[in-house]
Amino acid sequence: MSILKATDVGISFGGVKAVDGVSFSVNPGQILSIIGPNGAGKTTLFNIVSGVYVASRGSIHLADEDVTGLAPHKLAARGLSRTFQNLQIFQRMTACENVMVGRHLREKCSLLPALFRTPSVTRQNRETRAASLALLAEVGLKDAADTPAGSLPYGACKRLEIARALAAEPRVLLLDEPAAGCNAVETEEIDHLIKQVADRGVAVVLVEHDMKLVMKISDRILVLERGRPLAEGTPREVRDDPRVLEAYLGQHGAREAARA
Amino acid sequence: MRALVNQRFVTLAILAVVIAVLPLAFPSSYYFRVASLVWVSALAAIGLNILMGQAGQVSLGHAAFFGIGAYAVAIGPTHLGIPPWAALLFGALLSGVLAYLVGRPILRLKGHYLAIATLGLGVLVALVITTESRWTGGPDGMPVERLTLFGWRVSGSYTWYWVTGGLLLIGTWIALNLDETPTGRAFRALHDSEVAAQVVGVDVARFKLQAFVIAAIYASLAGSALAFMNGFINPDQAGFLHSVELVTIVVLGGLGSVVGSIVGAAVLVTLPQALTVFQEYEHLLLGLIIIVAMIFMRNGIVPSLSNLLLRRARS
Repeated sequence: MSILKATDVGISFGGVKAVDGVSFSVNPGQILSIIGPNGAGKTTLFNIVSGVYVASRGSIHLADEDVTGLAPHKLAARGLSRTFQNLQIFQRMTACENVMVGRHLREKCSLLPALFRTPSVTRQNRETRAASLALLAEVGLKDAADTPAGSLPYGACKRLEIARALAAEPRVLLLDEPAAGCNAVETEEIDHLIKQVADRGVAVVLVEHDMKLVMKISDRILVLERGRPLAEGTPREVRDDPRVLEAYLGQHGAREAARA
Repeated sequence: MRALVNQRFVTLAILAVVIAVLPLAFPSSYYFRVASLVWVSALAAIGLNILMGQAGQVSLGHAAFFGIGAYAVAIGPTHLGIPPWAALLFGALLSGVLAYLVGRPILRLKGHYLAIATLGLGVLVALVITTESRWTGGPDGMPVERLTLFGWRVSGSYTWYWVTGGLLLIGTWIALNLDETPTGRAFRALHDSEVAAQVVGVDVARFKLQAFVIAAIYASLAGSALAFMNGFINPDQAGFLHSVELVTIVVLGGLGSVVGSIVGAAVLVTLPQALTVFQEYEHLLLGLIIIVAMIFMRNGIVPSLSNLLLRRARS
């Protein structure tokens, strides 16, 4: 039973079809990777699914509910969370506060108790901070908890975004190039983390350029080219698909690869 | 976390001590008056700083709400027979409702566009106040009935010094409270990245509106206090120049810093008084000082100085 399902989704920007007729679905606990050359429409697809863009055609279903065109915060309330390719960190807040914002939906957030700082607000703050510190430890950023996020290195920001997205306790997690800018060890850690998250029953949709990572952890792979679906299947099926090789390596390169 | 709680109380305690001790250095009642003006301006600026410094939304028409608060306590008792204290609450309510109604459409705008829209709101309110002379006394302004609380007639610079000082303490306490709550964090988050705030479930439109309403109510209460204190009110208090003054206080003192707003108000209210000895060069010097301060303290007085002190302490 799929938790997230996109059907025939498309969007155009000034006549350019950035995403054109893409469908996919992902089950709880599954990892679906979306790959393709630069400009294939992967991030645009993420923006549509997370409500940042409104699709000009097609529909998105989240747990059997039609959520097409719903605002991002409403999708978040229904269990969808994401990270960004070009970092969207709350720079002026500490790492821990970044994750605490991630728990926004898990917190009671009424204005009057906040203005007068009732004991319940203080108690909730303590709980949220504890939960956030645990998540920071999970992504290896425990020591950076009280560092301003703006001064963290790139790889740390990537992991901070994952922690923030996880803080919302999502049912579906969209990760946009989580391993970009990370060294081999950090990539290994992220690989491990993604698998752990999926094992907890979260559906993970991954956009990633690190093919080693993609081939290793994906249950299914969707290949896009110029906004269109090119191939879909298990890592093995996709790797052996001549059309995929051609999209990545060009005709000549594909022939070379076939010979090798 | 503990450190943060303490920091809040330390700030409040220091402010309370300053308010309590300052009169010892005052040679005349004129000083009480100037200090009360500082407290009132600081109160309005603290509210505006929640909108600008925390939530990152600009308002170039904030004196409109200051004016509404001021005229509510002038018009209410004079024309409608409402008790002064009730008029103060009514003014705050009216400001909040107006901010809510106007904020819904205009807070969708960003940056310069929002600045122009809020500017328009300010101009509009000032215009209404100036032209509805039957109610407001027009450009000449109108007298304000004295505030009486439980039979106590609140008047005189000395009394108002303590009343406005008390109001400032409460306003500071609330603003400091807000910072480390889900609401305060949502403000700061949407300031840094609206899209990231949205995808973790922050209803950005709702929180911008909350910040706008809070800022409007702060300004309204400050306006009411000033009107009571002066016993007289004119449309300048709701005008564009006053809006600019409030923004200048917030930026000069330090965006996002509650203490900064108080320091900014102190500088911007007392400096013109101190510079009167230079007569016609007064405004020139005031402008120069502000320019130089902003060049050397880019983040505003309080954040820049505290950064400097932190760096000194570390090295």
